[in-house]
Parts: sequence; structure tokens; C-alpha cells
Amino acid sequence: MSAPKTLYDKIWDAHVAHEAPDGTCLLYIDRHLVHEVTSPQAFEGLRMAGRRVRCPGRTIAVPDHNVPTTRDREQGIANEESRIQVETLDRNAREFGIHYYPVNDIRQGIVHIVGPEQGWTLPGMTVVCGDSHTATHGAFGALAHGIGTSEVEHVLATQTLIQKKSKNMKVEVTGSLGPGVTAKDITLSIIGRTGTAGGTGHVIEYCGEAIRGLSMEGRMTVCNMAIEGGARAGLIAPDEKTFDYVRGRPHAPKGAAWEAALAWWRTLKSDEGAHWDKVVTIRAEEIAPVVTWGTSPEDVLPITGSVPHPEEFEGGKVAAARRSLDYMGLTPGTRLQDIPIDAVFIGSCTNGRIEDLRAAAAVLKGRRLAEGVRGMVVPGSGLVRLQAEEEGLDRIFTEAGFEWRLAGCSMCLGMNPDQLRPGERCAATSNRNFEGRQGRGGRTHLMSPAMAAAAGVMGRLTDVRELL
Amino acid sequence: MTPFTSLTGIAAPMPLVNIDTDMIIPKQFLKTIQRTGLGKNLFDEMRYTPDGREIPDFVLNREPWRRAEILIAGANFGCGSSREHAPWALLDFGIRCVIAPSFADIFHGNCFKNGILPVTLPQAAVDHLMEDAQKGANARITVNLPEQTVTASDGTVFAFEIDPFRKHCLLHGLDDIGLTLEKAAAIDAYEARLKAERPWV
Ligand code: SF4
Repeated sequence: MSAPKTLYDKIWDAHVAHEAPDGTCLLYIDRHLVHEVTSPQAFEGLRMAGRRVRCPGRTIAVPDHNVPTTRDREQGIANEESRIQVETLDRNAREFGIHYYPVNDIRQGIVHIVGPEQGWTLPGMTVVCGDSHTATHGAFGALAHGIGTSEVEHVLATQTLIQKKSKNMKVEVTGSLGPGVTAKDITLSIIGRTGTAGGTGHVIEYCGEAIRGLSMEGRMTVCNMAIEGGARAGLIAPDEKTFDYVRGRPHAPKGAAWEAALAWWRTLKSDEGAHWDKVVTIRAEEIAPVVTWGTSPEDVLPITGSVPHPEEFEGGKVAAARRSLDYMGLTPGTRLQDIPIDAVFIGSCTNGRIEDLRAAAAVLKGRRLAEGVRGMVVPGSGLVRLQAEEEGLDRIFTEAGFEWRLAGCSMCLGMNPDQLRPGERCAATSNRNFEGRQGRGGRTHLMSPAMAAAAGVMGRLTDVRELL
Repeated sequence: MTPFTSLTGIAAPMPLVNIDTDMIIPKQFLKTIQRTGLGKNLFDEMRYTPDGREIPDFVLNREPWRRAEILIAGANFGCGSSREHAPWALLDFGIRCVIAPSFADIFHGNCFKNGILPVTLPQAAVDHLMEDAQKGANARITVNLPEQTVTASDGTVFAFEIDPFRKHCLLHGLDDIGLTLEKAAAIDAYEARLKAERPWV
């Protein structure tokens, strides 16, 4: 018998096309997702070198980062630079013959939501995209990570990546979650514990009862933020829930191919006795609904806490915390629940799936946004929007005073017109609270969809458990 | 890609941890379809007021650091997104080397693809160089890739580790794609195997 392997070891071994004596590998890439922001220079590079896309059938493109989310986009994109970028993707997709979901296709959406939805993402695959939140696809037990534009060009030309193996890290979440506590609270709490560099150089496998208990949507939320924890990728071993989600999707295998795939997928789990370079264990019972207070995703506290004093930290973090609090306009010692908000953003590849919209709508049903608070709901894909409308969620949102938008990245990064104004404070379901992330001077507090909805209703950061 | 061998230059001190890619190049500048021209927007929101005037205190707006070729920073430099616009902006400004106690993974890899050398040194060494960098033009720092050393202005030498393959590529300015295409036979063989073993992929 061969030595026990982790899930990551198994997927890695199955994809090594070439290994140099120093351990540098050519890793074969099964799926390459492409969007408009990080690809133009890569296609241009191919053109200049007279190269073609090696496997157009493994390459899928969709514009998401700077498409407007208002109805008028059907008439064309007003911002010239955004329009040029999207048109460049259109042209490249056509010229190189890759799968493409244009802006006005009902299947268009955030690339990390479209991939799984269309069945492009399957267990045991290698998936890359010129976007750090590619980690999302790890929820299927796929080795998925972000790459830079030079690597996008490299994958387009060779269908491989030059890689060295990362280390194995296990994050186990034992027990079960309390009421009002969600996948977002798990993933933020892990980063709060391990820091934004805690996973550097590692691939994380999330496991334990609380992770098993999550839906596929929840698992995608957890893996989505593996990158905020510094890891290359996050993984969750596939199980019956995974197979049920994948079965019947447009690009999932069918018939005999499905059976063969399933047989392999069932072997995709870490063996007993496999070696871990780092292990972190967290008890689900200890996880409360959390929010971020600063400008790094590791600045996480339970909603019942207070804004920390910079002196509580060590080393370089003291200055960083001071700068954060200054930027966020917060005074140490203030109760988090006393912080008023101006805006609510529900969406992004972290929390823009149907289950997220359901969770927010459940809190909002029969309630309204507090006076002076603006709210925006941006479904992660056209199909998520359609399903939400079939379930009547759009009405709950609009009756609560929210704007109901078309699919895209939207205010997660504010590359399109959806942005915070300077000083505006937002309860956001996205994944990054960096300075200026949602618009110059904008202040972002990360949290779950239910928590964001609760904050909207109360007009301040709120413990959703009080509204359940 | 321009090869990197050795460099003696002015180093700009940025004693902040977790400098993220949104700080290095804010997203409004990602709409370009080119690789060049981003240097003027490097650290845009720290460097300019909202109406576009220079913020005099910011290190890259001050002499002599306007001419910096090396950046010295706190831990976890380059965290955040995978945008290669971050190294493109550094390069376009004239930075060829970043020295920090640690780097975010994707950013670290992106540097090598663009002829920028990321040097990881222990905190104490970075502190020493940071102090040195504060002295401006009087303290030129030398980075020598073949020798794998950084030399402070007082002559203190710090050795650093680097992946031999990446070092080789950087020294010779080698293009990854060209190197990989030399192994096309291995990729063909892998694809044949894949077709037999996992035809659904
Ligand atoms: S939703 Fe946000 S994090 Fe996700 S891909 Fe879009 S910009 Fe990136």
C-alpha cells in the first residue's frame, strides 16, 4: 500500500504532467475560467507570439467585474473603459473559440458562481482563474486557485501551470452551529483566529462535522475566503451533497461517464494517517455571528464585542490597527452594536447565491430598511436572480426598500458605478474590507447575509439573533 | 522580460504590514487593456488627494524616494487580489525589488513573471534596512541576485533564499511559456492518459 495521502496530495498527483528534478511541476489544468479584467493582456500576448488557445473546450469566459447591474446595460455599457474591456473579452472569446456567456445571457454572472452552476466545476479537478476568489470552487473538492495574468496566458497557451506543491493544512470545525450562525461566520472566525497570513504556502482542507453540515452554497462561502486566510486554495472533500448538486447540470457528465466519474470522486478524501503540516481546530459552538471592525479581513469580532484598542495588538499590527480605526472612523471601546450604518450590500461570490438571498429575505420579511439606509441586492448570476424571483424574494427585498439588481460583482469592488461614497459605512456580505475597496473613502463591515439584513433593518450593526 | 542581476539604488521605506493589492493599485486603474502606464497610479489613494494633488508626506512623493528602485515593507506584502496590475504598476514606477518579512503567495509569483525580485528576510534584517532606507540618498542598498545577498549602506550583508528555478529564469529573463512549450510531448502524453482515465473531464 502507498503512503496515506491528503485530498490535496491525491488531486495534485493526478494532475502532474511533468516533474523536474527540483520538484517544479507542470500541473495540468482541467478548467480555466476567464473574466474581462485580468485577461486582455494575456490574449494580446498570445496574439503577439502567434500562439493559439491549446484547449478552447476547457476555457470558459464571462464578464462580471465591471458590468453595470442596472437594466440599462442591455442597451450597452456607458463607461468607455469598461465597455472596451467587455468588448475585448467578446472579441477574444470569439476569435479563440472558447465558451462564452455574454452580458445579456441569462446565465451570465460572477465567474465563481457561473462555473459551479453550469457544471463546469467538478470534484477532483484543477480549476484556475485570473482571480483570487477562485478558491470558491474548492467546495467541490476541486483544487482551485487564483493566478496572475502571465499565468492566464500560460494556461491558455499550454493548459498547464508551473507549480511547486504547497503544504497541507487542516482546519477542523467540530460540533454544530448555533442559531443565526452561518458559513460566513465560520470562515471569518477562522481568519480572525489564524490571521490573513495564517495559511500562506498551504492548501487548506476544511473538515469536521460543522463543515459536513453545510450546504454546497455554505461550503462555497467557506472556501471563497481561503485566500483571505492567506492560503493558495481551500478544499472540502466531496460527498453525497456534492454529487447531488452536480448531477444534471449542463456540463456535468451523464450516463456511463457519470458513473465512472462518481466512482473516482468517492475516493477523493484524505486517508487516515495522512501528514498535515499545520492543524487548526475550532469548535462550532464557540462561533458567534461576527463582523469586521477594521480594514483587514482578520479584524474580526463577535457582534457582542467592542472596537478594540490598538495597544492590544503586537508589532506592526499596532500601527495597522490605528490606521484602520482612523480610516473606519471608529473609537476604541465603542460597542459594535452601537455603530450606525448607511448602506447594505448583499451579493458577491461569497454570498450571492440563492441560499444567501433566502437567508437575508427571511430576516427582511415584513420589515423595512431603517430611515436613511440604502440597500442593494445583487444576485450572483442571472439564474440565481430568476430563481429568487420565482420564489418571490425580489418582492421581499423591494418592499423592504432594497434595489433589486442584475448579476455582477457590483459593489464588492466598485469597478462599475455601484460604489460607496466617501465616509459611507456599509454592512457588506462580500469578502474584502480593504481601504477604498467599495469606493474611495467607503467603510466596509463584512458579515453574513442575515447579519447584513439585520443591520439594514436596525440602521446599526446588529446581532441577528435578536431578530430571529 | 528584462533579466535581473544586481541592483544598487534608493530604497523607499513603507513600514506597514498587510499592504494589499488594492493599496498598490486601486481597482479604478484595472480597466486598462495594457500592461504599461500604471506607474503614475502606484499607491494612488495614499499618494494623491481625491482631486489629484500629491500628498507631500507620502514617501514616494518625497525626494529622493521619488526615484526609488527598491521598496522595503512590512509582513504579508501584496495580499489581496491576484491582479498582476500590482507588479506592473511597481515596475512602471521603476521598482525592481521589494524586500519584506513575508509576501502573499500570488503576488510573490507574479513578481517573478515581470522581472521583479521579491526578497524575503527576517524581521530584524528588514528593520535594519528600513532604518537605512529612511536615510534616503545617503544610504544606497545593493541587491545581488547571483550571490543572493542584500547589502545595507553600512556594509552589513544579509543573505536570502530563493527558489533555484525562479532565480535562473529571473537571471536570464526567460519566458515561462517558451520553456513549457519545450515540454509539449509530456503535455500530449498527459492528455492521452486523461482521455483514457477520466474521459468526463
Ligand atoms: S464578487 Fe468580488 S470577490 Fe468575487 S470575483 Fe467579483 S470582485 Fe472578486
